[in-house]
Amino acid sequence: MSVIVLADTRGAKVAKAALETVTYGRKVAEQAGGTVTLVTFGDAPTDRLAGLGVAKVIVARSASDADTQQLTRLVVDVAGKENAGTIIFTHDATGKAVAPRVAARLKAGQVAGAITLPDTDGGFKVKRNVFSGKAQAWVEVKSPVKVISVLPNSIPVEEGSGTATVEEYSGDLGAARITVKEVRKAGEGVPLPEAERVVSAGRGLKGPENWGMIEELAKELNATTACSRPVADMHWRPHHEHVGQTGVAIRPNLYIAIGISGAIQHLAGVNGSKVICVINSDPEAPFFKAADYGIVGDAFIVVPKLIEAARKFNSER
Amino acid sequence: MKILVLISHVPDTTARIGFTNDNTAYDTSGVTFIVNPYDEWYALVRALELKEAQGGTVTTITVGGADTDATIRKALAIGADDAVRVDARPNDSYAVAFQVAEYAKDKGYDLIMAGKETIDHNGSQVGPMVAELLELPFVSLATKLDVSGTTATAERDVKGDVEVVEASLPLVVSCAKGMAEQRIPNMRGIMAARTKPLTVLPAVSSEPLTETVRFELPPPKQAVKMIPADDAGKLIELLHTEAKVI
Repeated sequence: MSVIVLADTRGAKVAKAALETVTYGRKVAEQAGGTVTLVTFGDAPTDRLAGLGVAKVIVARSASDADTQQLTRLVVDVAGKENAGTIIFTHDATGKAVAPRVAARLKAGQVAGAITLPDTDGGFKVKRNVFSGKAQAWVEVKSPVKVISVLPNSIPVEEGSGTATVEEYSGDLGAARITVKEVRKAGEGVPLPEAERVVSAGRGLKGPENWGMIEELAKELNATTACSRPVADMHWRPHHEHVGQTGVAIRPNLYIAIGISGAIQHLAGVNGSKVICVINSDPEAPFFKAADYGIVGDAFIVVPKLIEAARKFNSER
Repeated sequence: MKILVLISHVPDTTARIGFTNDNTAYDTSGVTFIVNPYDEWYALVRALELKEAQGGTVTTITVGGADTDATIRKALAIGADDAVRVDARPNDSYAVAFQVAEYAKDKGYDLIMAGKETIDHNGSQVGPMVAELLELPFVSLATKLDVSGTTATAERDVKGDVEVVEASLPLVVSCAKGMAEQRIPNMRGIMAARTKPLTVLPAVSSEPLTETVRFELPPPKQAVKMIPADDAGKLIELLHTEAKVI
């Protein structure tokens, strides 16, 4: 039984989430005693991908992430030819759309947003987050073929070695029914769902004109900026920066929350963070209960001190 | 335009999370249930806006027991025209998607809309599974949706970039923040919802492909380490030497 991995590896630098998914795929293949076939699309850098410790790389140059029916046909076709036992995706924009389609097509059970490797001791069970990270669940897959989408930042990347055979996919994926008209680049920086460090601020900042110091601290820490829901709702910051239960859920290594009280809905979107630092002028702010480090103080005094310390730290390294 | 909106019945965002039956079932005692916020704020409200601008109907569908009827009435109070409930326990994403697809397959919906995920199971699975079962295109994580004639234009967040995509109807769309603003039902809507049709259909038989065998609560967090504001810069040092995240 082979393992199929579909990962979005577009662009010259392969995304960390894709490398994590490949690592996960290799480990599942080790468990099951099979090989990994990496399926990808677009301008994926096949030379780099061939060295990731997989047996085969199949790239469909004409497919795009937007047409999930084409990607589904691609994965289903390869899975059939390779006699796939497990099909693995990243739980990102592409995987969230394609993994369920593949699962429905093959009548295969899917674990969405897996955070552990499969436990194959008497069945096939995988752990995932539920209730917006407030609990976890072990899900047993009962179908012969298993589909897993792996939550980013759940397992560390392990570089592989070897040289995979590379194949350009030549099958018929059908006509695209969704066309991409335009892509508006978000600018520099790591997008929130993939960010390892996040600096976030809330209403305590008093107005959008005060975000300069947040951006500066983020820059010094090589972090991505985020905000709380009220801040996005008041249009102080763009919607895509809103982290929380109804915005983006993130699980970075470091989350610094400034002037955010820590409502339960906000915590639900950030509780997967490894280390949480809370800066708030109110010592009773509920966020301190969920924090690893806390500072009670005025953001306008504390944040400049952090910027200064971060700058000093960077200059000494 | 005929629009179908998938409505899920979920515990309130502030509900206590606990489990019963040897950690195999969610403990619903004392818990208030609501319309899944993504289904309500984004999918349903945008569906209503499209209907108000262009005419048509908005039907909701829910897979669940009679305990979900109050949640369904809330969606009707916000403005849906009618509702369907498939009488089955929503234990597995595929089983739910299968019920929705079986209902929708011969109804000629132009748009099928769902929230990007539910706040209890967080799977993001039912929308794309319905699309696959009906062999329809699917736009995921849409933050904007417009329809002109039979062409839909949507914006979606992909790795931080905004992708503008176009597709012909019929189409399945999952909706994320940005799509619409929350609507609070008014008294007239609440009164009208009482008499709007809520059709209960028997489930079509299907085998679940997955089973949630055990829930766990995360280990309790260690006590917070407080740093005096005067010495705030110390945090950067601790993040390096102690937490090892920078």
